[in-house]
Amino acid sequence: MRKQAQQRVGILQGTLDMLILRTLLYGAAHGHQIGKHIQKTTNEFLQMQHGSLYPALHRLEQRGWVSAKWETAPDRNREFKYYRLTPKGRKQLVAEESQWKQMAEAVARVMWPAAEES
Amino acid sequence: MRWWQNKKRDRDLERELRSDLELEEEEQRDGGVSEVEARYAALRAFGNPTLIREQTLAVWSWNWLESLARDLRFCLRTLCRTPGFSVIAILVMALGIGANVALFTVVRAVLLKPLPFDDPDHLVMLYEAGLHEDDTAGSNPVAGGMYAEWKNQNRSYSSLALAKSIRVGLSASGGQLPEKLNSALFSWDMLRTLGVQPALGRDFTQADDSPGADGTVLLSWGLWKRRFGSDPAILNQTINLDAKPYTVIGVMPAWFDFPDPSTQLWTPAYHDKPEDEMTSFSNHMFRVVGRLKPGVSVSQGVADLSIISQRTHNAHLNDPFIFQSAGSRPLLEHIVGEIKKPLYVLLEATCCLLLIACLNVANLLVARAAARRKELAIRTALGGGWLRLIGERLMECLLLSASGGALGLLLAFAALHWLMQTRHDMSRVESIHFDGVLAAFTVGVIVLCALFSGLIAAFSSSVNRILGALHETSRSVSGVGARASLRKVLLTLEVGLTVILLIGAGLLLKSYERLRSADMGCLTQDVITMHLGIPDARYPTPAQRANFYDTLLDRVRALPGVEAAGFATVVPGQGYQMDWTFSIVEHPPLPQGSGQFALSRWADPKYFHAMGIPILRGRTFDSGKRLDSANEVVISQSFADQYFPGEGPLDKHLRVRGKNAVIVGIVGDTRYTIGETPKPVQYYPLGAGVETVGTLVIRSSRGLEQFALPVQRIVSEMDPDLPVSDVLTMNQLLGQSTLDQSFNAALLAAFATLSLALAAVGLFGVMSYIAAQRTTEIGIRVALGAKREQVMRKMLLDGMRPAAIGLVVGLAASLEAGRLMRDLLYEIKPLDPAVYIAVAAALLAVAAFACIVPAWRASRLDPMQALRAE
Repeated sequence: MRKQAQQRVGILQGTLDMLILRTLLYGAAHGHQIGKHIQKTTNEFLQMQHGSLYPALHRLEQRGWVSAKWETAPDRNREFKYYRLTPKGRKQLVAEESQWKQMAEAVARVMWPAAEES
Repeated sequence: MRWWQNKKRDRDLERELRSDLELEEEEQRDGGVSEVEARYAALRAFGNPTLIREQTLAVWSWNWLESLARDLRFCLRTLCRTPGFSVIAILVMALGIGANVALFTVVRAVLLKPLPFDDPDHLVMLYEAGLHEDDTAGSNPVAGGMYAEWKNQNRSYSSLALAKSIRVGLSASGGQLPEKLNSALFSWDMLRTLGVQPALGRDFTQADDSPGADGTVLLSWGLWKRRFGSDPAILNQTINLDAKPYTVIGVMPAWFDFPDPSTQLWTPAYHDKPEDEMTSFSNHMFRVVGRLKPGVSVSQGVADLSIISQRTHNAHLNDPFIFQSAGSRPLLEHIVGEIKKPLYVLLEATCCLLLIACLNVANLLVARAAARRKELAIRTALGGGWLRLIGERLMECLLLSASGGALGLLLAFAALHWLMQTRHDMSRVESIHFDGVLAAFTVGVIVLCALFSGLIAAFSSSVNRILGALHETSRSVSGVGARASLRKVLLTLEVGLTVILLIGAGLLLKSYERLRSADMGCLTQDVITMHLGIPDARYPTPAQRANFYDTLLDRVRALPGVEAAGFATVVPGQGYQMDWTFSIVEHPPLPQGSGQFALSRWADPKYFHAMGIPILRGRTFDSGKRLDSANEVVISQSFADQYFPGEGPLDKHLRVRGKNAVIVGIVGDTRYTIGETPKPVQYYPLGAGVETVGTLVIRSSRGLEQFALPVQRIVSEMDPDLPVSDVLTMNQLLGQSTLDQSFNAALLAAFATLSLALAAVGLFGVMSYIAAQRTTEIGIRVALGAKREQVMRKMLLDGMRPAAIGLVVGLAASLEAGRLMRDLLYEIKPLDPAVYIAVAAALLAVAAFACIVPAWRASRLDPMQALRAE
């Protein structure tokens, strides 16, 4: 069963981590907010699967890229688990961003060679 | 984050998911949906919370731990399916590991652990040397006078202290019987040199250690507990030792056992010993411990002392018994010197045993791998990783050797318990205990065994061959050969190791047997000995002493059943004890710087008769000559041979300590200790009343033990404050002095028997396996007309070949092992042919026996059944 999960996450893994880290750059957020934010920003293009969001969040926490803390939400009288970017996570975001950029450019060069030349 | 926080994390995660889900629900409700609808919508948007939870938790879990657990479960199931195999393998491992752990514990506690003294690396034991040609490596005790010179003049040692083991009689007190105790004389600075403090009370002071001081004594923890009920009020009380008063000034810690484990009290040397003994240069009787100054090497220290010795020697050239140089050994080495070699030999033997055990388990595993060939092949074909399969195999071995190790640890524990009970004479045996290092050692041995036997087994079934197995038809016999040959190699090794162990054990057993049958020169049956001594303080005059012994012997001889009785200061088998220098009056004086000495004993006239020491010429002492008129001496045969070559010694005179004694008789040679050649002995009459301590011997052909009580009664009637100790038959006395040898021989014999059994089991297993694999082949042979004897002979030869090769290899290796053991052997060569032949015969017999059953079974095969079997 876990093997399946890993495969499913595997497809999105690289980007999802980056997206979460990027989202947290605006400030602390809880899981629901992060999911909603990514969904809204991409105009619902990316359907956030909770099944991959929470494992990803916990993976990031395990690696020390984000820290988590229970805090009361400002608009609701309830506690949520807020995730925050750590300095290590910030560095990771920069690294992943540049990696992603290179990757995208490389893919673009293969896919649309003419456009590149003209 | 650790796995033990899993529960907490699970709760935390559940809360997180719930709160986020509720938020989703609220948002749905805010969008204007009904409450029930909102809930379902939220759940739909969210997905299955349980699944999410599991997936998220998996992020944290220990992947490898889980797969390990899975492997473990799998192996457990596999092992449980073949309980016979598992039980044998575990038992074999338990024996090997148990023996090793036990012996390693002993070796570590006794040989490797530093002495419990302050900065023990700087402590050395010092000896005198350079007088005889062969004493350079020896361990000569130091004369009191030389010690004083060393102490005053040396620049290399921050302190030098002396010690001597003695025996004292502790008087009856507070309703307790008098008893004889092992004790030690210390110079006042011994404890300071060692860096040890009494547990209670104070150390000796320099003032205590002089002839004029009041007697002071330190008690051992054991004596304090046993005799004085651990009462601290004993401090500053007075006890009587050899009828002289001593004030108890302290109690030593329980672990303190210098100079040997039996020491129960300590008294100051210069207080107890007469001044002439403490200043003599030729009366070598003390052990000297030195503490090297920082930065001074052992050899520098020895050179320093040697110069002092040489100077002293040159200043007293008329005394031929002053040594010219010094020697030293680390204190630890001195203390464990005698048991070091046997322990290492035993440790090597257990290593052999463990290796044999591992080989056996590997052998069993190879056999099983062969049986599971198809299963493994299918798993490999379905994508089972090679590493994974090896890992599984190793896990199996680990499981086996871990259970074996656990069982072995119990065995080791029992063995050590037994050892500490039976061998408290072994120095430092009390420092044995289990600790972290030992646990690490055990785990190390377990892992090593698992790796060793597991890897052999794992590589026996490499991937290629596994895949080949799939192609094999059920009738094929091709794959069997290679695996069987691997097993034969293992067997050869096993047999070789077994041979080494057998030869070692054989040599030790034979030399022990030689030792016990060595002619002591006196009776060893029907004689009982008892140690007793009268204190100088209560028997100050020679007349009192002589009278005491006369009365004692008269009364003992009057006991019903006593055939003969005598008294001597030292009886054969009790050790070297004492020698005296002498000169022969009738001979020209010896050149300056040379002198003669021989063992000296005092005996009553009937001692020779009682001990069965033959009077070869002349007669025994005249019992009428007593005290000052007792001027006779009896010498031993080797004394006569050595000092009166080609002349009659009778009626010649020996001059000893300024007095002449006439030689009246020559008696047979005796050995002062078993295992040493007889040395010249001079016997002086007990009737002179000089000596106070010795051994009573009684000869009787019926019930030796029955005399212990009557003699004790006689002694206590004569002097109620006189302990009788060491009531031993001559046989027991000699048995005690060969305890080491019998112990070593018995242990090694046990190991050898075990390994022979293991080798036999291995041989039997391989032969049965080969026979089973060849069922078809044999069936065809028999069907085609092969005679049963032929089949049997072929099978037998097949099995005997590895045994024979192993035997040759083992015999060759034993040459080296025998050389290692040379020091432990008595009167036999390391290449004793009888032992080698016996071992070879025994091994071949066992091997033949192990092979014959499978071979016979194979020859009885019904060809029809054999062919139909597959």
